[in-house]
Amino acid sequence: MRKLALIGYWAATPNPACNYHSLRHVVPMRIRELLFVGAAFCALVQPASAKTIAVSPGEGAQERLHEALIAAEPGDVVELAAGRFKLSDGLSLDVNKVTVKGQGGLETILDFSGQQGAGEGLLVTSDDVVLRDFAVENSKGDGIKSKGADRIVYHKLRVEWTGGPLATNGAYGIYPVESKDVLIDSVFVRGASDAGIYVGQSRNIVVRHSTAVENVAGIEIENSFDADVHDNIATRNTGGVLVFDLPNLPQMGGHNVRIFGNIIVNNMTPNFAPKGNIVANVPTGTGVMVMANRRVEVFDNVIGENGTTNIMIVGYRFPFQDPKYDPLPREVIIWDNQHSRAGWDPKFRGGTEIAAAMGGSFPGIFWDGAGGSEYMPVIQDDVPALSLGLKDVTADTAMAQPAPLARATSRPDGLPAIILPEAMEAAIR
Amino acid sequence: MRFVVPFVLAFAAAVATSAASDDPAAIAIAGPQNPATLSSFGFFDGGAARPSARLIPYELRTPLFSDYAAKQRFIYVPDGAQIGADADGRLIFPVGSALIKSFGYPAKSGGLNVIETRVLLHQAQGWVALPYVWRADGKDADLRVGGTRVPVTFTHGGNDLSVNYSVPNKNQCKQCHSAAGNIMPIGPVWQNMAFLRPADARAIVKAAPALARLQPYPKWDDSRTGALDDRARQYLKVNCGHCHAPQGSASNSGLFLDGSATGAAALGIGKRPVAAGRASGDLDFIIAPGQPDQSILIKRMESTDPGIAMPELGRSTVHEEGVELLRQWIAAMPSNTH
Repeated sequence: MRKLALIGYWAATPNPACNYHSLRHVVPMRIRELLFVGAAFCALVQPASAKTIAVSPGEGAQERLHEALIAAEPGDVVELAAGRFKLSDGLSLDVNKVTVKGQGGLETILDFSGQQGAGEGLLVTSDDVVLRDFAVENSKGDGIKSKGADRIVYHKLRVEWTGGPLATNGAYGIYPVESKDVLIDSVFVRGASDAGIYVGQSRNIVVRHSTAVENVAGIEIENSFDADVHDNIATRNTGGVLVFDLPNLPQMGGHNVRIFGNIIVNNMTPNFAPKGNIVANVPTGTGVMVMANRRVEVFDNVIGENGTTNIMIVGYRFPFQDPKYDPLPREVIIWDNQHSRAGWDPKFRGGTEIAAAMGGSFPGIFWDGAGGSEYMPVIQDDVPALSLGLKDVTADTAMAQPAPLARATSRPDGLPAIILPEAMEAAIR
Repeated sequence: MRFVVPFVLAFAAAVATSAASDDPAAIAIAGPQNPATLSSFGFFDGGAARPSARLIPYELRTPLFSDYAAKQRFIYVPDGAQIGADADGRLIFPVGSALIKSFGYPAKSGGLNVIETRVLLHQAQGWVALPYVWRADGKDADLRVGGTRVPVTFTHGGNDLSVNYSVPNKNQCKQCHSAAGNIMPIGPVWQNMAFLRPADARAIVKAAPALARLQPYPKWDDSRTGALDDRARQYLKVNCGHCHAPQGSASNSGLFLDGSATGAAALGIGKRPVAAGRASGDLDFIIAPGQPDQSILIKRMESTDPGIAMPELGRSTVHEEGVELLRQWIAAMPSNTH
């Protein structure tokens, strides 16, 4: 019931500030349940020598904050006061076991609207870092990037391009890459011209209790292994949740991704990604899109009001030279999702014709059909599903030979839940 | 595999002599405290224009572009220690060494207005990178681990250009000077170096004779030193290859410009962008062979917008001459090379 009430809430609140407030109302209920257990652990994880370095906004904030991030030693907390830090350059953290903590996602704001250099607002390149309770606004490139940063925790952050969906916004809001053990919990991301929350070339990942609004892709797991994406809200993006694998990258062969318990509704923002980026090809009105991955489970989600379709399973359609790359999705398993309206305005070649042939609406689930029955997804949802019957992955969708996909009578055992190191969970209790 | 040429065994000698030396540099370099002023090292005699005779000055045949700044490069090696080299020509510096690089612009009165001097210190635990910004009176420079920006106006090609020159912070130093998470020197590769005092080069070759057999790399802007393809690749290697390497800061891009690329895609030819965002400029490929105007690589080099510009650090003007070289290189590629 709570989920359904939320859909109404989103529809009624176009004001972005209200969106963030709604996050704070929803998410802490989940956190509170864990508070009792957490209190005991907090004392244990802090080294004896740990100190707090306080930084306030105002004159010289750029250099003062950066010097604090450089001077911090393992175990330290860099505590950002409330207020607006007007920054002229990107920030970076390269010390292990440092917590950067603000006073809240609306209270402590790192404002990059005057940024003159660097490819992101904040870059983290060290391990065991916790980022929490602050906001990054209007960075010129990505919002927060962590590269090769194992066991990173993103908690109660807001990353936002305040002008809303614009092609001139940065690409990714929250952007861990090449990392092992990633926790993204209770963040809010708005306006990314690629993906709001993007996890790339990483393994052992949890994205939960977060909200992605008015990005091209709300949440994207790319070229990654072992991820749980659950209890998030993805709405008013172009596509809600994407699971992709791309060629010519150091880590390929994305697999073992579970998408469950999410609310993925009304992802109808016209695609505003700059052409050339892979997400520029995501049809407006996509709920979940799985491209070229192995073993993806989509279950227990509320998915609806997506004009192209609710769940799409496709291959990578572009030419590539990479013998190690597999462009086809396989072992995609879909069950117990709660669907509402989808497919009234499919935004891909041939979509309108298929919809017309089916009585005006495209089905809530479709697969491109490439590779044949060996690759057919296992579907146990109570909505019509369709194969486009494409003879190969590069075939024009306008040449589709659609055929219904029968509901599967059985499905394999589910993947195990992702378990993160206990210290990461303890850090946010 | 790179292997260390066996005659480079100066470590012990370096450590032994540095402890006994009365040279202030030995203590300043050893750490662990980062000296607050550049004068603590004794590298300069009261000003950037007066380097100590102990320093070995050198230049690079193809340098990194840094907003048209002029650079003065020096090597400091502790008494009794010796520079070596590996089989690829990369110089090996004993513990206690330092690499020193000053950045500045020609002064109207002649000479160079030096803004900053960066040092790379080879401590026992590894390399440390520190930026020092010169005071207004030019007599000393102060450590600025947080970096800073300095407004600069200079003349290039008859035009006055104004830039907000960026002194990198300590982390940004590492962003480029990084291999698998450790700080490393980038520039001192024998084939790309030119020594201002012939005796310095002779001394290095005497200790590492294999260097004498290595052919110098082309100068990016001198067609007598190499073919277009060689000069373009050398430009990319020096300007991009420190991050765009399998162990570098941009490893996740799969775009490798450090000379390690084995196929066309890893060099960017026919490769689609991964995380470029708006930097794609609505184009499909990093390099569209035969079509520089359709190549994201050119678009990003021609931009000064921090969300688009490449390299990400140290450039707020366009390197017109470098762009021209790479435009010619891409235009010369047959359009069916991928």
